[in-house]
Amino acid sequence: MDKSQQIVAKDSMDGELATLNLGPTHPATHGIFQNVLTMDGERIQSAEQTVGYIHRAFEKIAERRPFNQITTLTDRLNYCSSPINNLGWDMTVEKLIGIEVPKRVDYMRVIIMELARISDHLVCNCVIGVDTGALTGFFYLFQERERIYDMFEEVCGARLTTNIGRIGGFERDFSPELYNKLNAFLKEFPKRLEDFENMLCRNRIFMDRTIDVGPISAERALNYGFTGPNLRAAGVDYDVRVMNPYSSYQDFDFKVPVGKSGDTFDRFNVRQEEIHQSLSIIRQALDKMPAGNYHADVPEFYLPPKQEVYRSMEALIYHFKIVMGETDIPSGEVYHAVEGGNGELGFYLISDGGRTPNRLHFRRPCFIYYQAYPEMIKGSMLSDAIVTMSSLNVIAGELDA
Amino acid sequence: MSEIKIADAPQGLEGEGFFATKIGDVIGLARANSVWPLPFATSCCGIEFMGTMSSNYDMARFGMERLSFSPRQADLLMVMGTISKKMGPILRQVYEQMAEPKWVIAVGACASSGGIFDSYSVLQGIDKVIPVDVYVPGCPPRPEQIIDGVMHIQELVKEESLRRRYTQEYKTLLESYNIK
Amino acid sequence: MDKELLINAIESRFPGITEASSEPFGLLTLEIAPQNLKALVHWLKDDEQMNFIFLTDICGVQYPNQGNREFAVVYHLHNLEANFRLRLKTFVGRENINVPTICDIYSAANWMERETFDFYGIIFEGHPNLKRILNMDEMDYFPMRKEYPMEDATRTDKDDRFFGRIGNESVTFDNKKALAKGNNHG
Repeated sequence: MDKSQQIVAKDSMDGELATLNLGPTHPATHGIFQNVLTMDGERIQSAEQTVGYIHRAFEKIAERRPFNQITTLTDRLNYCSSPINNLGWDMTVEKLIGIEVPKRVDYMRVIIMELARISDHLVCNCVIGVDTGALTGFFYLFQERERIYDMFEEVCGARLTTNIGRIGGFERDFSPELYNKLNAFLKEFPKRLEDFENMLCRNRIFMDRTIDVGPISAERALNYGFTGPNLRAAGVDYDVRVMNPYSSYQDFDFKVPVGKSGDTFDRFNVRQEEIHQSLSIIRQALDKMPAGNYHADVPEFYLPPKQEVYRSMEALIYHFKIVMGETDIPSGEVYHAVEGGNGELGFYLISDGGRTPNRLHFRRPCFIYYQAYPEMIKGSMLSDAIVTMSSLNVIAGELDA
Repeated sequence: MSEIKIADAPQGLEGEGFFATKIGDVIGLARANSVWPLPFATSCCGIEFMGTMSSNYDMARFGMERLSFSPRQADLLMVMGTISKKMGPILRQVYEQMAEPKWVIAVGACASSGGIFDSYSVLQGIDKVIPVDVYVPGCPPRPEQIIDGVMHIQELVKEESLRRRYTQEYKTLLESYNIK
Repeated sequence: MDKELLINAIESRFPGITEASSEPFGLLTLEIAPQNLKALVHWLKDDEQMNFIFLTDICGVQYPNQGNREFAVVYHLHNLEANFRLRLKTFVGRENINVPTICDIYSAANWMERETFDFYGIIFEGHPNLKRILNMDEMDYFPMRKEYPMEDATRTDKDDRFFGRIGNESVTFDNKKALAKGNNHG
C-alpha cells in the first residue's frame, strides 16, 4: 500500500489510536473495498476509502462499441441484477431513436426486472444475515435464488450475465416452461421467504446487531445522493418506478416501503418488503399479460430471424446493416433512469449520429452513495461497520465502473 | 447404508494385515481431498462462486468445507473476477503470503486473459503476475465449470511429486515471476 | 414548477446568465458560464421555490475540435417534490480547464467531481481532495480523452493487427509509440 494514502495515528495524545487497514481483500467486506480506519480501541474515529480496484473502463469501452453490443457492459455493472441494467439500456436507446414497444414487451420486461430485483435483494439480505452470524438463511435462500437463474436461463440461455433483451423487445418469446417455473416459484418462494423472515426479523440477536447501526438521516442521505432502498430506509419515498414510470409501471399497483431511521435494520426490512412487492408486481403482470408481439416492428434495429436471413433479401440486408453497424442513429442527448437494485440507475447518452455513442455515462448508485460510508460508521464499533457495509449493498462492478 | 463415496486407495501391495504403498501417493490423496481454498473474488464470477458454495452445488463435497480467508493457511488461490492493474500487486502479495505447496486457479475470462475488458486499466490475465495451474473459461463460468476446474486441481494435487517444489524447474518458474 | 416559471425565475434573479437553452427529450438544458455556475446552483438548491435538493449526476464530456469549448461538465439536478429535472452544462477549454466545485453544496458531488477529474483532467477549484479515484495515482494521462486509445498501449500480449484495430483508432501508430514511452500527455 502507498503510505501516503494512510491516515497516520499521530493526532492521538497518548499514542493509543491505531491505524487499521480494512481491505482490499478482507473476508468480511464481500468484495474489493479498502478502508483505512483510525481506531480508538474498538471504536472508529475516521475512515478513508480507496476505490477503483476493479475499474474496467466501461465508459471508454462503450465509446468503441455499437449500441447493441453495450449490453455486455451493462451486464457487468451490477451483476447481481444484470437484466435491469440491460433493459434500462435498451429503453435508453429506444428513447433516442423513438421506438414504441408493444405493451406485451413492457410486461415481459417488468417480470424480468422484478425477478432481477428479487435476486439482488436476496444477496444483500442473506449477506446481512451472514455477517450477523446467521449462515443458515443464506443457504435457504440461495437455493431459491438458483430458481431465478433457472428462469433467466429459460429466457436467454445465461444465468448471471444474461444479455437479456434487445433494442425493441426480446430475442424470443417466453416459453411455456418459463410460465411453469414462474408459477411454481410464485407459489413456493413466499413460504421460504417467510421462514427467513421468521428467523431474523424479530430475532433478538439480529435486532441488537442491526437496530441503530449505521444510521443516516433523510436530509444527509439526500445530500449524499442516496437512492433506492437505502434512501427509502431513511424515510424518503423516492422510487423511479413511481416518479417517472417506464415500461408501463404505471399499470401496476404496488407500495413503496419506507423506513424511519435509515439504519441497517430498516434497510433490511425495506428490501424484504420490496421482495414482497416485486412478487405482487410479477403476479399482476402475469395476470394481465397482453397478447401481441414480443418485439417492436423495427427491422432497422431488431435482428430478423436467422432462417429469414437465408431466404429473404430484405432480411439479409437488415441483418448485414445491423451487424456491421450501418444503421443511421439520430444524434441527440438523452438521460434515462430506471430503478436498479440499488437505486436510480441512469444512462446519459450523447449520440452524434455515429455507429457508437459519442459519450455514455452511467449514473451508478453504488458509486454515489458509498462515499457516505465514513460518515455512517464514525464512532461505531468495527463489527457494526462490517454490517453497515453489507446493508448498503455496494457492488464492486457498479462502484468502480 | 450411507451413500458416501470413499476415495479409492492408491495402488500398492496388499497382503494379510498390511498394505504398502508410496508415501507420496498417500500424501497426495490426503491433500487432494482437503484443499483449503482462498476465494479471491472481485466481481461477477464471485457471485457464481457464491452459488457454487451454497446448497445447490455444494463445494463441501470435495473436502472444501472450510474457506480459508487467510492466505497463510490456504492451499488453493481461487482468483475470480477482473484483476485491474491497481489490484495486481495486492494479488501478488496474497500469493507470496501463501505457504508451499500452493496452487492457483483462474476462474473466468477476466482472470485468465482480461476477457472482454481489453482496456487501459485491466490486467490482461493474472498469469502476468503469478503462475496459474488451471484456467476456467466462461464469462462467468457456470458453477459446474468451476467445480470441473477444482477437480482438475485435485488431480494435479494428487499426482504432484513431493519433490516438485524443490526442483530447479519450479524455482526457475518462480524466478521468471520475480517471486522469491 | 414548469419550464417557463423556472426560466423566468432564473432570468429575474441572475439576468443574462443563461447562454443557451434547449429541451432534448423533455429535459430542460441550460448552458452556464463556469464563473456563474456556483452561485446559480447554490440558489437553485436553497431557494424554497426552486428546491433542487437532489444532485443526480455530474459527468464530463469532450467535444474535440471545439477550441475553448472542448470540455463540458454536465450536471443533472432534480427537484424531487415537483419531480422536475434540470440539466446544466458548462464549457471550458483545454487551456483554462477550471470549474468551481459544488461539493460544499452537495456532498454527493465529491466523488463525482473526482471521477470527472480522473477521466478528463477537469480541475474543480476549491475541491477538498481532488485526486484520482478510479485509476492508479501513478497514471500520467486522462484516459477518457478521445486522443488516448482504449487499450493499454504498452501491453505486449495482444497484437492489434489480429483484432482489426490498426487504422480504426484515432491514435496513429507514431502517437502510440510516443505514448508507450510516456511523453505526450495532455
